[in-house]
Amino acid sequence: MMRLPKFRYLGAKSLKEALQALGSVGPEGRAVAGGTDLLPNMKRRQQQPKLLVGLRQVPELQSLSGESGGSLGLGACLTLSEIAGNAALQDDYAALSLAARAVATPALRNMGTLGGNLCLDTRCNYYCQDQEWREALGYCMKKDGSICWVAPSSPRCWAVSSCDTAPAAIALGARVRLASASGRREIDLSDLYLDDGIRYLSLEPGELVEGILLPPAQGWVSTYRKIRRRGSIDFPILSVAAALKLDGGVVEKARIVFGAVGSRPKQAKEAAAFLGGERLTAESIEEAARLAAKAARPLDNTDGGLSWRKRIAQATVVRALEEILRG
Amino acid sequence: MKIDCTINGSPTVLDVSPMRRLIDLLREEMKLTGTKEGCGEGECGACTVLIDGEAVNSCLVIASQIQGRQVVTIEGLTPRSGLTPLQESFVRKGGLQCGICTPGMIVAARALLDKNLEPDALEIRTAIAGNLCRCTGYHRIVDSILEAAELERSRLSLVDTAPPDL
Repeated sequence: MMRLPKFRYLGAKSLKEALQALGSVGPEGRAVAGGTDLLPNMKRRQQQPKLLVGLRQVPELQSLSGESGGSLGLGACLTLSEIAGNAALQDDYAALSLAARAVATPALRNMGTLGGNLCLDTRCNYYCQDQEWREALGYCMKKDGSICWVAPSSPRCWAVSSCDTAPAAIALGARVRLASASGRREIDLSDLYLDDGIRYLSLEPGELVEGILLPPAQGWVSTYRKIRRRGSIDFPILSVAAALKLDGGVVEKARIVFGAVGSRPKQAKEAAAFLGGERLTAESIEEAARLAAKAARPLDNTDGGLSWRKRIAQATVVRALEEILRG
Repeated sequence: MKIDCTINGSPTVLDVSPMRRLIDLLREEMKLTGTKEGCGEGECGACTVLIDGEAVNSCLVIASQIQGRQVVTIEGLTPRSGLTPLQESFVRKGGLQCGICTPGMIVAARALLDKNLEPDALEIRTAIAGNLCRCTGYHRIVDSILEAAELERSRLSLVDTAPPDL
């Protein structure tokens, strides 16, 4: 039985209180909302914060704002169940709705939040193990060690970005609002992610994800497909989010984003550029998928065989685009 | 720290360390040992309870997070004597064998039936997709919940169609 390490807990009542607490405590502090990622990690001693700042009572983070036809703002502490069950999202931002519905289990979606999923710790077969297992191996560079067991000569960590909502929201063109005690900034959601398994978020110390902003959905059609061993519980071992702006069957603009093939969500830009101006047909879908698959270069550090994951990348893009074609 | 909450309908004040998890409070402080701890990581669903009507994994809830909230455990879903139709269906249809997953399974099923009293088999499978069972192979659990839904519907319609009291 793994026990939680010692920590203090502050249930913040306002965003200001949360940001001040996180700003003053420094690297020993962590924000927690649902706790579904952080608490198991703490049990495995992958993270050992001394102070947890609870965000679930912070009203500013629960907001869902927008008007029909306009952009839509989603607070970081909306639960994944709330995201998945929202009718407007199901209609206009299908990829995000499907992605939220595909996370973990019903109970975990009732607890876990959008912000928590966007900031999900990167995962790896050599890292997501209890402390005794990792100690027996001699630890890895992501925590307590110096080597990457996936690529031992590599100077970097290759742990995998395994969240479902980020590829979907990036495909939908989301921006993310970040807040800290010293102010706010807004960046493209794709710029929140860095290609490094250890420092996988570009958050500054003391900074929080406050929420995301989705642009108007008019004309856009999107979907999300997730590959995993079981139909529930599991993290993705490959996922594809695709969003197309269509004008009478012709693609005006496209975004295709892979999840779980690297330390950050990977955009298939070449495929997206190819699709621009193309009519969506079986042939153009095939070519787009071939180009897209070049961006998916997974390593052998998740469930599922590596060569199979590489092959399925192209097929999964085909299926996602076919789904959009069928409407 | 002091926590005010409602557990199985009773207003409760607990004086606990914020590090305790909800499942520890339930099992150790409240002696409500119907809730089981399986994996302790939110994967198996044995520790499922309701907070404000939503199914959650009590092994991943920090005590401080239940301040002001309503917690319902398997004990709160069980009458003082006998069983509920949902529990009886599990017995009759063979929805349990070793029993470790059963409290969590029943709580997850309750959360579903409270929202949707006419679930089909797929909706049931989706609702219990976070509850692992190593014995039954799930078919009999799905059958149990289907039967319970039918029983509860027929009771509701009996109430609806009953003549007014004279």
